[in-house]
Amino acid sequence: MLEYDFMRTAFLAALLVALVCGPVGWFLVLRGQTFASHALSHVGFAGATGALMLGLSPFTGLAGGALVAGMVMGLAGDRVAGRDVMIGLVLSVAMGVGALFLHLLTRSASAATALLFGDILGISPGMLGWLALLSLGCLVGLGLMARPLLFATLQPEMAEAKGARLRVLDVLFLGLVALATAECAQITGVLLVFTLMVAPAATVLRLSLPPLVGLAAAAGLALAEAWGGLTLSWYTDCPTSFWIALLGGAGFLLVGLAQRIRA
Amino acid sequence: MTAADSTPPECVPSPHAARTSHPAASDLRRGADSICLKEVTLARGGRIVLSEISLAIPQGSFVGVLGANGAGKTTLFHALLGLEPTMRGSLSINGQPVRRGNRSVGYMPQMRKLTGGQFTGWSMVASALHGQRWGLPWYGRAARAAVEAALAAVDAQSLAHRPVGTLSGGERQRLLLAQTLLDNPSVLLLDEPLASLDPARMRETVARIHALARARGMTVLMSAHDINPLLGLMDHVLYLARGRALLGTVEQVITTEALTALYGAPVDVVRAGGRVFVVAEGGGSVLQEHDCGGCGVHA
Repeated sequence: MLEYDFMRTAFLAALLVALVCGPVGWFLVLRGQTFASHALSHVGFAGATGALMLGLSPFTGLAGGALVAGMVMGLAGDRVAGRDVMIGLVLSVAMGVGALFLHLLTRSASAATALLFGDILGISPGMLGWLALLSLGCLVGLGLMARPLLFATLQPEMAEAKGARLRVLDVLFLGLVALATAECAQITGVLLVFTLMVAPAATVLRLSLPPLVGLAAAAGLALAEAWGGLTLSWYTDCPTSFWIALLGGAGFLLVGLAQRIRA
Repeated sequence: MTAADSTPPECVPSPHAARTSHPAASDLRRGADSICLKEVTLARGGRIVLSEISLAIPQGSFVGVLGANGAGKTTLFHALLGLEPTMRGSLSINGQPVRRGNRSVGYMPQMRKLTGGQFTGWSMVASALHGQRWGLPWYGRAARAAVEAALAAVDAQSLAHRPVGTLSGGERQRLLLAQTLLDNPSVLLLDEPLASLDPARMRETVARIHALARARGMTVLMSAHDINPLLGLMDHVLYLARGRALLGTVEQVITTEALTALYGAPVDVVRAGGRVFVVAEGGGSVLQEHDCGGCGVHA
């Protein structure tokens, strides 16, 4: 399957995205903000459809929409980010706006499917360059903030007393999540961002690994699931998103079962 | 510095901010004040919690901070950490105005919902080591040694490899204490470290903290709901009530006269079976939480 250009591009894109989604998801799960990230991807959907209407690239709209929403969420703090109802409202309004934009677009069906469920085989080489740049930026950013973010996540009050800026970390991290979400949506679509962002991270977090090892393992598992999904979709002709979602769920369950048996 | 003394105390500046960590240190430095408040007024959520408080706590002193919920224990700690702005007055630690991120102040917040219970005790303690610095949570040889030393100081080496979520409240408390020791602080602020411990563990915890403080010459402020686990080990009591504070020895502060004056209402101090009870006129204990349905735990 690797003799085809579009497959090589797909594998490379999956690599770039998984390396970011794994570690970002690790923090996301640890901080209990997975639902917030789900909402970000939906705001990104509204942004992407809006961009399509304006004749811009949907990726720009997706990343922009998610980024703005992430920053606002971080600035608002627990008033929004910690409240299921608020997040649910934002999510549904964003989705509704996205539906409106799609309705106004005439050539909506294929665009909608690509946005909602991902279109990894449709990634262009130019897009690959953008993904590489974004992934590099995200990894550098995460590398810089990993230590204070970990401290602030585990012991917010102690971290604040020691001089960590909790609000700054919140905003920076949710901004990072927004960018990672936009990247992830290229592969899994906005509806299935969970599969690559949350499932591998949650699986790894069950293992009681030291933080740095856990971060690396999350990246590794995300990569394995993304490439596994691509390979399986090649041989079965089922969508990649389906296989990635299935592998993510199965991995999480298997680790849980193995722990239950060992205990 | 007596309980009856209402004039602001003169703070004795410490000869040098740096601390020495030898057992005799607390004797050598008698006379210098570690924590000094001058006419401090603190508010929380727009409500004045403590008003015009002046006090000086000598270096190496082990202070029990008592008061009902909402009396201002946590607010006072936050102010000493530089997390809470003061409405009026000045607070200093080791002769320096309070500031956030002061490494010579160790802080143990009230135990709350556990995050990251799957991490081992070692990882949990290590996360606090220079945890505010940018970069990766990477621990080199010196960092690992510091974590080991902190764990050893609280006899928690056996907890290092167990997931924190599987530990008891007392064991988790020991890990938190180890974290506060990482920076070799000269002042420890411990917010309700005895909450949710059984009586035997309470006494054990106080004795452990007391021994550590003595050995390292640390000043300790430890808030509590009950005075009894601290009896015999603390040098001073800081009693907070009705926006005011009373600092002194147990004999000075925990008396019917002194507390009645502080509360502005009849309060009885009853001693029975080697224990002390502060009882309000209505019959309830003044310090316990039982009749405090509406008030927040966080004041």
